[in-house]
Amino acid sequence: MALSMDIPGANKSHDVVIEIGGLPIEVQTTDAEFERLLKVRYGDYVRPGAASQFSLRVQLTTPETFDPDADAEVWLEDREWRMERGDFRARWNPAERQGQVLQSANPYSIDSVLRIVHTLMLAPEGGFLVHASSAVRNGKAFLFSGVSEAGKTTMARLAPADVALLTDEASYVRKVDGSYFAYGTPFAGEFGEPGKNISAPIAALYLLKKAPENRIDEMDPAVAVERLLRNILFFAHQAEIVRQVFESACAFVAAVPVFQLSFFPDQRVWELIG
Amino acid sequence: MASTEMYLTQSADIASRTLGDDTLIMSTLDSTVFVLNSVGTAIWNAADGATPLSRIIHERVCSEFDVTDEQATADATEFVDELVKHGILSISDTPVPQQEAP
Repeated sequence: MALSMDIPGANKSHDVVIEIGGLPIEVQTTDAEFERLLKVRYGDYVRPGAASQFSLRVQLTTPETFDPDADAEVWLEDREWRMERGDFRARWNPAERQGQVLQSANPYSIDSVLRIVHTLMLAPEGGFLVHASSAVRNGKAFLFSGVSEAGKTTMARLAPADVALLTDEASYVRKVDGSYFAYGTPFAGEFGEPGKNISAPIAALYLLKKAPENRIDEMDPAVAVERLLRNILFFAHQAEIVRQVFESACAFVAAVPVFQLSFFPDQRVWELIG
Repeated sequence: MASTEMYLTQSADIASRTLGDDTLIMSTLDSTVFVLNSVGTAIWNAADGATPLSRIIHERVCSEFDVTDEQATADATEFVDELVKHGILSISDTPVPQQEAP
């Protein structure tokens, strides 16, 4: 005879809705401590009581290895995206808008899964996550992109008081009704602070280059697309996704002014922005 | 490459877009991105599997750009080798039949 036992509160739902880029994902957990961890980690991005069409069920376990800086593998299998790194295993079904995550109770694994899931949700609609800091000034968003050490965090640190920072690490770009918007993200780099949870139409993308003096130069469109592609967060390398990201980058450069910003790292660079 | 009598075919495993005089090509196999200048674009656009490279160089490169046949051949050979290495182009020593439209 099978025995069953109900432990009061053991399976109580501690779901947390995390809304990034206007896309709320319900992270489902039965662990109260993990719920608290999520609320602390995602702060203003938590939407208590909000409805969500997307859900991720998290099952907590002990990981085989833990290296949040390792690259995740992402592949498509049976119409589901599979994601795997030493510290998590996850799947995402885009048609059903739901997935599962197996990880330990830490913020880094779910952070990586959320980044990947958001890139997968954004790709078909022409949006993307890009290695860039971004900020809003006078109602317009500006992106500052570049490889590691190019100055993304430096631009965020130098921002004057009238600038609202969206992120110093991973900018969230969505195409809404044919226009491009940047959204704040909780994905922080060296700055260590989540961005403001606001959005604004993108006025310009600046590709960063440290230099002895501040200067803005127009860019050849093909070179701009090539540089942008180098910085788009790109986890899945299936042909369909690669084509979507390529088309997204071309469409973005056709619609948004892209410049090279050569800058000397002091506050005067912000005199050129906005 | 010992001879320029070869036929070039664009890979199906790419995404491409011409922007101004340049062409961007991205491999869907390894996500490598190439930016072809106007000369590279001319060769790329003529890579139809039916036109030999020597004719492409003569008709699309030497006649349009200020370059000798010898120099154009050397540059085109290097260019083709690079794209072939990344699976962007394939080469054949005979014309490649055009695939019928589905």
